[in-house]
Amino acid sequence: MSVLSLNNVTLRYATADHRSTPVLASIDLAIESSEFVVVIGRSGSGKTSLLNIAAGFVAPSSGRVCLDGQSVTGPGADRAVVFQDDALYPWQSAVENVAFPLRLRGIPRRERLARARDILDGVGLQEAADRRVWELSGGMRQRVGIARTLASDPRFLLLDEPLGALDALTRSRMQGFLLDVWQRSGAGALLITHSIDEALLLATRIIVLAPNPGRITSEIATPFGRDHLAGTPLPEIGGSSAFRRLHDELTALIHAEDEGIAA
Amino acid sequence: MSLSLESLPSKEQELADTDFDGPSSRRSPVPLAWISAATIVAVLALWSLASNYGLVSSLFLPSPAAVYQALKGLAVVGFVDATLAQHVGASLLRIFGALAVAILVGVPAGLAIGTSRLGKGILDPIVEFLRPLPPLAYLPLVIIWLGIGEASKIAVIALAMLPPVILSTATGVRSTSTDHINAARAFGASRLQVLRHVILPSALPSVLTGTRIALGAGWSTLVAAELVAATRGLGFMIQSAAQFLVTDVVIAGIVVIAAVACLFELSARLLERWLVPWATRT
Repeated sequence: MSVLSLNNVTLRYATADHRSTPVLASIDLAIESSEFVVVIGRSGSGKTSLLNIAAGFVAPSSGRVCLDGQSVTGPGADRAVVFQDDALYPWQSAVENVAFPLRLRGIPRRERLARARDILDGVGLQEAADRRVWELSGGMRQRVGIARTLASDPRFLLLDEPLGALDALTRSRMQGFLLDVWQRSGAGALLITHSIDEALLLATRIIVLAPNPGRITSEIATPFGRDHLAGTPLPEIGGSSAFRRLHDELTALIHAEDEGIAA
Repeated sequence: MSLSLESLPSKEQELADTDFDGPSSRRSPVPLAWISAATIVAVLALWSLASNYGLVSSLFLPSPAAVYQALKGLAVVGFVDATLAQHVGASLLRIFGALAVAILVGVPAGLAIGTSRLGKGILDPIVEFLRPLPPLAYLPLVIIWLGIGEASKIAVIALAMLPPVILSTATGVRSTSTDHINAARAFGASRLQVLRHVILPSALPSVLTGTRIALGAGWSTLVAAELVAATRGLGFMIQSAAQFLVTDVVIAGIVVIAAVACLFELSARLLERWLVPWATRT
């Protein structure tokens, strides 16, 4: 069991007049590798900054990022990142993209391609394997991008609004796909979103981030992602009264935060 | 002879096509290629008329037929001790020798400018100094340094090719997507691996564009480079023909230079479509 933790992390950006704007204020967050944590917040709440700090792309102004108690200072193969735009390499085919993390480790071409093909088969993308990336649809590209993280065998998946650029219908199918990949990877997940439905469907735990500066205001546990993995279809979950009750609760939490600003 | 260049399908023409003959026009438009072909035919006709009726002395403007005969003669017999193929071969050898030098020096230099502040600080002033200089301005200096042999000719052409190669490479490096770099870093890529697996392939389309521009720049420097102490080459051929007032060979040489330039452009575009299909697809 691994733990990814942000300990008392703050982030300030320097502004033009030599002062600095606080973006994140003392964030404390620990994610276990059995969890699917969703951070929800409106734009300006610093949720992407939070993910970039966890990934090691951005250094916090103060505080530490720890993996199993060990401080980490840069990006690493233990934390795979999925971006809003798929970030697939257009000069490679889909299967070569999935094999890319293995290539970085010096695994011979034949072996890494075979393993990448297995990964694509496992998530139902075998027909995409030999296609050029730019021949694939947006949803297909994002699924290949998510499958690519499986090849690096990470301990944590960091997902920066991975479904944000997709249309609503593709999006709902992708949510099931994400849960499937999360389960296969055996990794902990940290997903950033501004969609309440998405947060409720995917998360085992939801963190609400309030803006100015970004800080955690509340957190709630949800059972729906695990229910889906246990066999309940997503539409049935979305229509259940338990889902609607938590939806109302989460909406109220985010509204409370708005009133906090008004006051 | 820029006429033959215009018959090439270029991006600008495709753009002009959609701009003016787009969905708004009801009549089906005359294909652009026809207009260009008609222009060429008209110019050739005017040229024939002018020389056939003695409007211009054949010393200044030999007839198209005479130029065609000169071309045939060049191909079979040759001019100043070499056939046309040998002249073309000598010029191509210089051009591709220079291109190899320009790529070997220019791509690493462009990478240095695009990836490091230090590299940019050191190389930018040198490139900006070199870029606006006409090759004829530094030709004498290069001859003092390298002598009158092949080396100075290749050096002058390579110097003309360097700035486009360097600047395009640097642009390509800088346009690499941050997500692409970050994705690789998150998979544990080292700086060198990021450079090799992400930045280089990202910059490739731009490097190829730079190479295409460099070929054009080098080809136009060729005649200057072959002015001094050459015994073969298209520029040399035109130059010696002009000294003996063999105007038909001069014009034939110009036609060949234009045709080769067209071939460069075409093959560079084919190469781009083949090597970087993700960047050329529309």
